[in-house]
Amino acid sequence: MTAQIIETNSMPWETADVDAVTVDIIENALRNVREEMDAVLFRTAMSPGIREQGDCFPMVANKDGKMVVGQFGSFIHGFMEAYDGDIEEGDIILTNDPYMCNAAVSHLPDWIVLVPVFNNGRHIAWSAMFGHMSDNGGMVPGSIPIKAETIYQEGIRIPPTKLYKKGVLQEDILELILHNVRTTEWNRFDLNALVAACRTASKRCVEIAERFGDEVFQTTMQIMLDRNLEAMRAIIQMFVPEEPSYFEDFVCDDGVGKGPYKIACTMWREGDVAIFDFEGTDPQAKSSINFYMNEEMFKMFFGSFTINLFDPHILFNDGFYELVDVRIPQGSLLKPNFPAALSGRTHALGRIFDVMGGVLGQGAPDAMNAAGFSDSPHLFYSGYDKKGEWFQLFQIGFGGIPGRPAGDGPDGHSLWPGFTNVPNEFIEAYFPLRIVKYEPIADSGGAGLHRGGNGLSVAYEFLVDGDIAIHDDRWLTYPWGVRGGDPGMRSTKRIERADGTEEWLPAKCDGVKVKEGDVLYFNTWGGGGWGNPLERDADLVAFDARRGVVSSDGAQRYGVVIAADGSVDTGATEKLRAEMAASKVDTGLFSRGGTIEEIKARSMEETHLPAPEAP
Amino acid sequence: MTFRLGVDVGGTFTDLLLVDESSGQTYMAKVPSTPEDSSIGVLDGIDRICNESDIDPKQVAQVMHGTTVATNAVLTRKGAKVGLITTKGYRQTLQVARSFCPGGLGGWVSYNKAPLMAPLELTIEADERMGADGEVVSPLDADTLLHDLKALAATGEVEALTICLLNSYVNGAHERAVRDVAEKVFTDIPISISSDVVPEMQEYERTETTVVNSYVRPQVSKYVTNLKSSLEERLGDDVNLAILRSDGGLASARAAAESPVNMLMSGPAGGVAGAMYFCKRGGFENILTFDMGGTSTDVALIQHGEARIRRETRVSDITVRAPSVDVRTIGAGGGSIAFVPELTKALRVGPDSAGADPGPAAYMKGGEAPTVCDANVVLGYLPSDVKLGGAMTINRDAAEKAVQSLADAMGIELMAAAEGIVKIVNESMLGALRLVSVEQGYDPRDFALVGFGGAGPLHVNALGILSGAWPVIVPPGPGVLCAYGDATTQIQDEASKTYVAKVEDISADDLMKELGVLRDRAGESFAADGIAADQQEVAYQADIRYAGQAFQLSLNVTNEELKAKGLAVLTDEFDRQHEQLFTFAHGKDHEIVIIRAVVKAKSSLTADLKEVSGSATDLKDAVIHETRFFYEQDWHDASIYEREKLGVGTVVDGPAIIQEMDSTTLVLPGHAATVDKVGNLLINPVKGV
Repeated sequence: MTAQIIETNSMPWETADVDAVTVDIIENALRNVREEMDAVLFRTAMSPGIREQGDCFPMVANKDGKMVVGQFGSFIHGFMEAYDGDIEEGDIILTNDPYMCNAAVSHLPDWIVLVPVFNNGRHIAWSAMFGHMSDNGGMVPGSIPIKAETIYQEGIRIPPTKLYKKGVLQEDILELILHNVRTTEWNRFDLNALVAACRTASKRCVEIAERFGDEVFQTTMQIMLDRNLEAMRAIIQMFVPEEPSYFEDFVCDDGVGKGPYKIACTMWREGDVAIFDFEGTDPQAKSSINFYMNEEMFKMFFGSFTINLFDPHILFNDGFYELVDVRIPQGSLLKPNFPAALSGRTHALGRIFDVMGGVLGQGAPDAMNAAGFSDSPHLFYSGYDKKGEWFQLFQIGFGGIPGRPAGDGPDGHSLWPGFTNVPNEFIEAYFPLRIVKYEPIADSGGAGLHRGGNGLSVAYEFLVDGDIAIHDDRWLTYPWGVRGGDPGMRSTKRIERADGTEEWLPAKCDGVKVKEGDVLYFNTWGGGGWGNPLERDADLVAFDARRGVVSSDGAQRYGVVIAADGSVDTGATEKLRAEMAASKVDTGLFSRGGTIEEIKARSMEETHLPAPEAP
Repeated sequence: MTFRLGVDVGGTFTDLLLVDESSGQTYMAKVPSTPEDSSIGVLDGIDRICNESDIDPKQVAQVMHGTTVATNAVLTRKGAKVGLITTKGYRQTLQVARSFCPGGLGGWVSYNKAPLMAPLELTIEADERMGADGEVVSPLDADTLLHDLKALAATGEVEALTICLLNSYVNGAHERAVRDVAEKVFTDIPISISSDVVPEMQEYERTETTVVNSYVRPQVSKYVTNLKSSLEERLGDDVNLAILRSDGGLASARAAAESPVNMLMSGPAGGVAGAMYFCKRGGFENILTFDMGGTSTDVALIQHGEARIRRETRVSDITVRAPSVDVRTIGAGGGSIAFVPELTKALRVGPDSAGADPGPAAYMKGGEAPTVCDANVVLGYLPSDVKLGGAMTINRDAAEKAVQSLADAMGIELMAAAEGIVKIVNESMLGALRLVSVEQGYDPRDFALVGFGGAGPLHVNALGILSGAWPVIVPPGPGVLCAYGDATTQIQDEASKTYVAKVEDISADDLMKELGVLRDRAGESFAADGIAADQQEVAYQADIRYAGQAFQLSLNVTNEELKAKGLAVLTDEFDRQHEQLFTFAHGKDHEIVIIRAVVKAKSSLTADLKEVSGSATDLKDAVIHETRFFYEQDWHDASIYEREKLGVGTVVDGPAIIQEMDSTTLVLPGHAATVDKVGNLLINPVKGV
């Protein structure tokens, strides 16, 4: 199956002669296009998820579907392979099914809009954007059911479908889709906003093509792709040794009793090409934690991570894909067989960044970071408020950015580009809950020469009876430290019931009943530490203690003894540091807080939760 | 005869404009700024301008002042040490900063946070809680607070105090209670509370705004007090000092000292006000302003003679909830450095700038890197063979050498590289213009484009070609336009509150009642400054959106409209504008978020300023030099004219260069500049070329 693009003008494309300055001008113009897409979406979207948290990603691709601007790589190729039909000027395509677009989006709540851009009768580009919808129907509010075993339980599946045909909205189809979700009006608005953003981008592409000429625009996009190719060729030589390096990390559990799931990656270079082989990754899970990973998306992660270190001004794109070979075993956690459930993919998706850091870092230890907030944990709270109206809250959790060569990790921040928290006053004004505490947890960041950022403690007091669901991870395995830095503190979820009882909730659960007056303490994890904590300036540790980001006791992890007046007790510190240095065990490059067997053995005692069984 | 004085203090120069209020006669002076104490420069300038014009300083009744003292405190991070009191559980609101990491994917790898303006070691919690509905959840524990405040005071470090409690935008009672306790402990430092400074939802933004207010308050207050007393000494006790706010209105010296967070964009607002003044009189109500300086460029959109006001102000990486003229700033200007990254071989201009020191290579003050200014010299736009008004010597050889280094790195010719730099920087400027126009749903071709600032008149003709905004206008005194703006605006204050109500749940009467309360509150500061009620004009605004949206529009509304049409006057207009901006409207679920009363004092300026006279000049009399410049891969012969000698109606055909005291206007081939009746240069394409 391949889609056919219908052009009314069959004039063949020619390569234009484009001077370097024009390339830079068009590059600037395309950069503006992407920013404008974000701006249009944020201002018109309705759901807090897109609007406040920025859970959405824009893209412009050339006519061949190569991403010229964007973040997550091109979705076009997978779509073109999966869609069997004609595509004409004025068509706008909507889909959300990972299995129908080669995992361009990786779970059903991400709705993606694709717009083919035409000028003078010829197809010149694509604009596209996806955003996380508040609800997609299915088993649970928010549509991320943990216990789902197939994608059929995760709500409506939209195969690549023309939402607009030659500029005309297919209202029946839209209403059919919206009829299947719990938050019809939010989705309607958010979808409108995605369409408006893509249309804006299309308009801008046409303006650029009109200004410089279609051929110049086309050739320029190719030059931009080539620039990335050449830059990445150099970067791969610097970063990826021919000798294979191996790293593994874990998703702690699958919510139905199995875990941890291993993600294994071996990296090496053959000539110009970097190879990432995920052989050894555990088989797919029975529940919804599978992450169907698009190979090209991984290439993008790898590229944007490394190029940031060299030319942050570059407009990053797809041009270098031929230099990276990604191999993922079929049937594994990262490439499950249809119809495996996918909605809870966020943990494995996030963990990929830790895996990539770990495998790349072995070749370039000077540039490596500790394990970070490689996830976006969710809390759902839904029910009927005191006026009898349905409400549905979706909150993303934030945590500790790791210690890095650049310095300490920020506290309670996001790993994802553009993500922000929803203001608590907004939540309290619109949902029946009170946020009693919203504060980074002292000492939760791993100790290090550069400390890991602290995780965040959010205390939710529920003001009406309802249901909650939680999707979280790193409750069992640690956010590891590097180069002598300690691991960060793990996540916990504890609920204090209005009746005085207390419960420790598992990291992944749904359908948990809460009563008015119950308080949930959702504590996220800290980032790993970077470098030997005994080498951190003792005065800086004392300053951290005065600021309350490290406790007095916690200062001892750095071998620092704080006197009663808050200053460093120099004598005691020297003594403690000498003792700790003498007894410090060399853990190598990574400090993981023990082997999986050791961690599992301590599970009940330390986490109040039973260890999962090996998958 | 009474006079008013506009004063703009910039980084390098202090510009002054003295206006005879009854005749409109103006006098101008430019003196070096004195950054260690700007008031010295201001007083020097007053001496100079009064001497030169032979006017008795005691005749100056009003001094209207645009100042960057607040801006600089933020930019240089040299503000006060701020103590902060938050609700228990929210001590680290600023530390978390909405969890945002700038940059794209992997941006966190290199992101380091700037130190907080209210450091955590000086932040304490108050045990209290207000609900989102304005009801008290738990009362303030004043005893514990007193104890903690004493400990905070004992550090001896706090120079200004901020109080920001959760949900205080609905009910500020707890904040006031905390302030009462704090005033017992901190008797001699300013205390800012968020429900006074910005009673709007969103705890991080409100805390940051109030903290920034505290951060700049001691400096601004000292500056204003000193300036006021020296002015009184020189100009008489009855002199009135007013300071330009970010939103383009003037505040009394007293109001400015209390809410200095409103002064962060005082400088750029002056330029916009000046541009509006001359363009309105020239008959142009819809304009895009383009203020290009050495390190940055400010652009804004003016429709129907009114600047768009944005509900936030941004200074470098600090964003606060204070109203400002919707000026977008980009980090590119005449001093921006061009470079070629090794891996990608792209041509990049900025964001690094040569600044005033070492400056562009052409200025021979030690700078060697190629800047936009050097490219302008190489291209002949900034003539090196004639002495400029500013008496700055320009060395073409030095500029050539700098640009040649870049040409070599790219493997292209010198002139191509110079033209490349100018084109790239013009493209970034176009991006800024698009931000305020196309992205807001406006077509730049419906606007005139006004260029000013040190480098604006050099680039604005090219920007006209790129944006399609005609005519291109260079107002009189483009280098001192801010002082014109300062001198021609009115005293203004406003009161606002977060309202958050579904339109279907309220009536027009409810709204009018609330607006009346706000009008009285805004009028209070006028009463305090002795401005009578009959000298005040009021305008009402409602910020409206579809319930749940982040986007909102400030719509103007009058009591008469509300009486006649009810709330539909707001919802219909919102739907119309939403459709214009985003191609769709929802038509229901409207929500009023914030309401506001803006009160202005009526102006005492009765005459128009006179900046040009005479009739069309014989161009030969205005020529000061013959030269040539490079444009679109070719050299063009051009004359250099002296602007002062161009009378009303004179037409200057491009290619030409028009020179004045501190500014150079470039008229490109195929274009012509006409002097209009107020002295603006109007540049238009010549038909048939």
